[in-house]
Amino acid sequence: MSVNGSTATATAVNLTRKDYETGQEVRWCPGCGDYGILGAVQFALAEMGADPANTVFVSGIGCAARLPYYMNTYGMHGIHGRAPALATGVAMANPSLDVWVIGGDGDMLSIGGNHLIHALRRNVNIKILMFNNEIYGLTKGQYSPTSEIGKVTKSTPFGSVDHPFNQLSVAIGAEASFVARTHDMDRKHMMETFRLAHEHRGAAFVEVFQNCNVFNNGAYEDILKKDARPDMIIPLVHGQPIRFRSERRARCGGERIRRAVRARPPMWACATCSCTTRRVPIRRWRSRSAAWPTRRIRPRRSACSAPWNARSTRSKCRRRSTMRSSRKALATSASCCTPAPCGRSTDLAGAPATCSYRELGGPHGVRRARETQQSRRATQPSTARAAS
Amino acid sequence: MTSMTTLDRVVIRFAGDSGDGMQLVGDRFTELSAAFGNDLATLPNYPAEIRAPAGTLNGVSSFQVHISDHDITTPGDAPNVLVAMNPAALMANLGDMARGSTLIVNADNFTERDLEKAECTSNPLTDGTLENYTVYEVPMTSITVEATKPLGVKPRDAERSKNFFALGLVCWMYTRPAAPLQEWINAKYESKPMVRDANLAAFKAGRNFGETAELFSPYEIKPASLKQGTYRNIVGNTAVALGLVTAAHQANLPLVYASYPITPASDILHELSKLKNFNCKTMQAEDEIAAAAIAIGAAFAGSLAVTGTSGPGLDLKSEALGLAVSLELPMVIVDVQRGGPSTGLPTKTEQADLLLAMYGRHGECPIPIVAARSSSQCFDAAFEACRIALKYRTPVLLLTDGYLANGAEPWLVPEIDDLPDISVEFATEHNHTNVDGSTDYWPYVRDPETLARPWATPGTPGMEHRVGGIEKQDGAGNISYSPQNHETMVRLRAAKVAGIANDIPDVAVDSVGGADVLVIGWGSTWASINAGVNRCREAGHAVDFAHLTHLQPFPKNLGDVLKGYRKVLVPEMNLGQLSRLLRAEYLVDAQSYTQVNGLPFRAADMEARIMEELAR
Repeated sequence: MSVNGSTATATAVNLTRKDYETGQEVRWCPGCGDYGILGAVQFALAEMGADPANTVFVSGIGCAARLPYYMNTYGMHGIHGRAPALATGVAMANPSLDVWVIGGDGDMLSIGGNHLIHALRRNVNIKILMFNNEIYGLTKGQYSPTSEIGKVTKSTPFGSVDHPFNQLSVAIGAEASFVARTHDMDRKHMMETFRLAHEHRGAAFVEVFQNCNVFNNGAYEDILKKDARPDMIIPLVHGQPIRFRSERRARCGGERIRRAVRARPPMWACATCSCTTRRVPIRRWRSRSAAWPTRRIRPRRSACSAPWNARSTRSKCRRRSTMRSSRKALATSASCCTPAPCGRSTDLAGAPATCSYRELGGPHGVRRARETQQSRRATQPSTARAAS
Repeated sequence: MTSMTTLDRVVIRFAGDSGDGMQLVGDRFTELSAAFGNDLATLPNYPAEIRAPAGTLNGVSSFQVHISDHDITTPGDAPNVLVAMNPAALMANLGDMARGSTLIVNADNFTERDLEKAECTSNPLTDGTLENYTVYEVPMTSITVEATKPLGVKPRDAERSKNFFALGLVCWMYTRPAAPLQEWINAKYESKPMVRDANLAAFKAGRNFGETAELFSPYEIKPASLKQGTYRNIVGNTAVALGLVTAAHQANLPLVYASYPITPASDILHELSKLKNFNCKTMQAEDEIAAAAIAIGAAFAGSLAVTGTSGPGLDLKSEALGLAVSLELPMVIVDVQRGGPSTGLPTKTEQADLLLAMYGRHGECPIPIVAARSSSQCFDAAFEACRIALKYRTPVLLLTDGYLANGAEPWLVPEIDDLPDISVEFATEHNHTNVDGSTDYWPYVRDPETLARPWATPGTPGMEHRVGGIEKQDGAGNISYSPQNHETMVRLRAAKVAGIANDIPDVAVDSVGGADVLVIGWGSTWASINAGVNRCREAGHAVDFAHLTHLQPFPKNLGDVLKGYRKVLVPEMNLGQLSRLLRAEYLVDAQSYTQVNGLPFRAADMEARIMEELAR
């Protein structure tokens, strides 16, 4: 048995997508974004050479949660919201397995929110893929914990009044050691993100924007339509500076924010995760109902006055502003991982984590962060801790 | 030196404030008696608050221990001796004391303020309340303070050692050896020399007081003649923990125990977390549901998976149990029952989860149930639950209760070689041939005898398969919504559990011949029923007694046994749950005798109720 799926490459050569397909008929609605994600998962596993016998897909309930039935690996379709806990049990009993958790936004953030944050906190060696379509699909269209304020659904005919989760902030707040976002229209990027998640030892949280063409069609249209993408998607690569469209064109890089970029979208937020501090545009509220006033998030144009290269001061402010206003910060494309709080893991590419917000006067303070960083580096990863 | 009187048994109750260390003193006295060779049974009784207001009736904590020179099962009805550290402890326990019994009270704690806190209008020591008792007023606090003064202990700290004074006194009265306790104090308080010395001095002062005050005459209780072997003192939760570890060893599987802290089940987690050396992994989950889910995940991955809880936790785990039934994975769920509903009485005992265990899930969801009858038998019950779970690939509920969990008794440690091998074989070969000649692994192809499905664990090449809570096709295990298939699967799961009846022992009847009353119980009432039946028999009445360990399915002969009696009496610490099941299942006129006061039945009450049934 291999220690990690990636090392199974030696034994399982030339795997193709077919090796991961089951005979079961895939029963999502025609046009569902889940097809694209399933394909990307299968292609990605084939590319990684992940041994099907050593791979377990665990899910809760929902449209997304049917995915394990379509994967020719070990699989368990569990109960609503409990997939991270079921997967923790699998990983704890046999730490050499590659355990993937599949769930939707309702499954992961609503009924199973508790299990999600604790799995991330424990840094159990599981890879969590959350398909976010901002709607309850399997129950035929109720608003979800990621639906925007004012969302008109069957259960909110006058528009939802609930403030949605910022799911990446949830993950980062739980001090997840790997957080990334991708979307169902870009197979290449999904595959790359899944690969990086797979290579990460510890809990990986990957949000996948997914379109529900029946109950929430066009959920991400303003971001994902072809002509909007270059402006609306900002690729985050760990250890690399964030480049906005104009910067990418100009190839000028550097640490300074371009005025052109700053002027474009009307609302601002810090990137939820990166090792350089930049502001990332976020979407406008899509208020479809006038019946309820929507809460407008005030743009935080400048969270701190410190110079950009004074990292410590900046990061403190960054975090606060992130928590408050970075709803749907478009931190997609390429990959993104949190700056390894307390050294729980190194970053994706193997480069050292550049900064840790915990070190910067977070709730635990500088000294403790450094101490734990040293001690954690010396100890086993989390599955072993979970077993204690 | 006063003369020594020999007793065959004695019941002693230590009572004081919940911060007075009465549980500690009781535990120590129990250990001393166990080491001395007496048979014993204990009943700890304490409030749910860690520190209720001091000196009040609500804050009274007590520990009752019954020691004897012969085989006993209950902690005794009425104590012969009550050690009361304050007026509240005296008044809260006086109702349980028989006339003529002995009261040893801490005279220092009967000031006006103490009396007020205990809601006494007058001093019970002087107003004639205690005239039917033998009362010894001992100034425990002041003697303790005096005795520890040379050590330089502050009076306030010295007072804390008064429980060891009381223990010393009682140990002298019942001729317990001093050396083991002194060793224990030395080891326990090694890092705090001042506390150690104060406790040793207080203990010694207590013994000396007994010897020199000439108030009492010492008693002797000879060791009981138990079966030869190695014994240890054990409480139910420890016995469950050891039973689980032993079962995992005999099954040759790693043990995974996931649990969320809950009174009175947490001690199982504490015990198991010390036993990592036996390939045991423990997990303190984020909630009860997660604990059950983690166990299911671990079972899927090939461990002997166990989760433990009490009533409120079992409510929460219901959905996960349904999943385990549907997945048909081996798993044990320990329910240490406590008083309900809701938070109820967390530290008191009750047997009111039987119907929950039996039926508390949606859909047709049968789960085998095993119930332990005594603290030491918790070991066997845990082992049996694991055996059934592994053999039949099913979740099994193990019911114990608060009384068993904390009550102590001697346990004959079994030889590992005498325990059965319960190892399982994982599936590693395909078990289905398709029409085109290719082969597959089908997860729901059943063993024709047990109806158990194969268990293939992740990591086994070629055996990849999917399981889930959605109804699955018989054999192949793929999703199936076919009406006929659902009917088949529901009946198969029920038949599998019902079939376990062929694999469990018949219910044994403790029969005297010619009796027309059968007393039948389950769980921890075993001790009280046993004692009550014996009292009736000593009075010359013919009463038969049977006790159930397996409640789902019932033993095969149970119907015949019940029909052999004119009257069937079912004592239970609930409102008649087993009697309902027996009536429904076997159409017998089972009479219910119930009590829900958070305490075990008293043998005298049991005797009275059986006599009533005999006369009816």
